[in-house]
Parts: sequence; C-alpha cells; structure tokens
Amino acid sequence: MIVTNIDNIPGMPILEHYGIVQGSTIRAKHVGRDLMAGLKNIVGGELKGYTELLQESRNQSVERMVKQAQELGANAVINVRFSTASVAQGAAEILAYGTAVRV
Amino acid sequence: MESLIFFLFLLVLGFVLGKRYESRHFASIHKREQEKLPVPVVSFDYLPEDRPVKELRLVTGSVVVSVDYYKRFLAGLRQFFGGEVASYVSLIDRARREAVLRMKESCPQADLFLNLRVETSGISRGEKKSVGGVEALAYATAVVYVDEIRP
Repeated sequence: MIVTNIDNIPGMPILEHYGIVQGSTIRAKHVGRDLMAGLKNIVGGELKGYTELLQESRNQSVERMVKQAQELGANAVINVRFSTASVAQGAAEILAYGTAVRV
Repeated sequence: MESLIFFLFLLVLGFVLGKRYESRHFASIHKREQEKLPVPVVSFDYLPEDRPVKELRLVTGSVVVSVDYYKRFLAGLRQFFGGEVASYVSLIDRARREAVLRMKESCPQADLFLNLRVETSGISRGEKKSVGGVEALAYATAVVYVDEIRP
C-alpha cells in the first residue's frame, strides 16, 4: 500500500479510481496528562503526552483509511490530507482522507 | 496580598524557566536544521528531477508546545492594547520548525520531501478560554530515489 500526499505516483499510471476513503478517531486526554499539562502551562515546554496522543490517533486514522482502501481493492491512497477538530470539551477528532486508486 | 505574591512568583517562574527552555529549544532547532539542510523540503507536488523512484511514503511530524505563564500574561496585556502578540509568535515559530524537523528525522533515507503541508491548532486547557498549548503538524511525501548520489 502506497500512501502519499501528492496527487500522482511518479512512474506509475493510475489504472482505476475508487473515490474518497477516510479514517477518523476521536480521542480524549486522560486526567494524568492534563495534570502535567497544567504544570507545563506555568513553565512552558513541550507537552509530550499530548504530542504522543495526537500522533497515535493520527496513525490510527491512517490505518483505518488504508483498511477502507484495501477493502475496495485499491493498492494506493493518494492526496492524503489531515484535519483536526475539537468536537467536545477535551476531545478531538483526527481525520485523514484521501483518494483510493489502483496503480 | 498573598495572591499577588503567588501571581508574581508564577510570573517570575514562567519568565525564568520559559526563557531558558525557549533558548535551548532554539539552539537545538538551529543545530538540527543545519544538519538536515542537504535534504530539500518543497511545497509543490511534482518531481523536480526525472529519476526513478524507489519509495514513496507519507511522513508526519508533530509537536505540542505549551505556553508559559509569563507569555500568557504578556498576551493578556496585548489584548488590552492591540498589536502583534510577539510572545506567541516565537512560540508558534518554534513549534512549526520542530514539527518539520521531526518529520524530516522520521525518514532519514529520504532524498526529497514533496508537498509539505503545515497545520497548527490550539489545544485549550479547558477551564478558561486561553490557549494552553499549540499543536503544529507537518506532513509531506518522502521520496527515495533508486540510485542514491548521497552516501
């Protein structure tokens, strides 16, 4: 499975389009992480807990997107975009979407 | 009176530790940017050279940077007078550059990074409406050419 955020695959013509595939996840942070973040809000610095949380969620979104593409019979997802939205207090949705194609 | 002392204590703590963290972070960013300079990152989506490609991969890098107490205080003052919030500019600049660096470091064998996109979003702490931290996300397509020129 080739996943890219450019709209073609160099050297490989696109044989078939399967349309948009997407994967998303909604995650909430847990209290321990929030406590640490509260302390960091005084002295500054990286919120490692949040960085990891968002990175994990992003990987999961991409996995779900890839799974959907595989079910359609695609072997590549091109032009992938990410988007983050907060849906509720303390919870964020992370969405990955792209175009499933066969090359 | 006690709350004023507490406030000043937090302000000084935020100023001292925040400044120290920021200057260290900038030093590390400058050093790593120099190391990674030979690998270009571009925001267009075609190959500039006509060479066979071995591998394409979506790579991401992200970081969440927290605002310190002193910066938040300065930003609060700024909201009163208006104008550029310089204390946040350096914060977001740092976050973005760190995200791009992490993206580059996640794929050391890449010859080129195509179609860089950078996104930032605020992560609120909840209780007040103030920004608790800023997330910067950088993503691009890493390209590895078949015949590598660089060792």
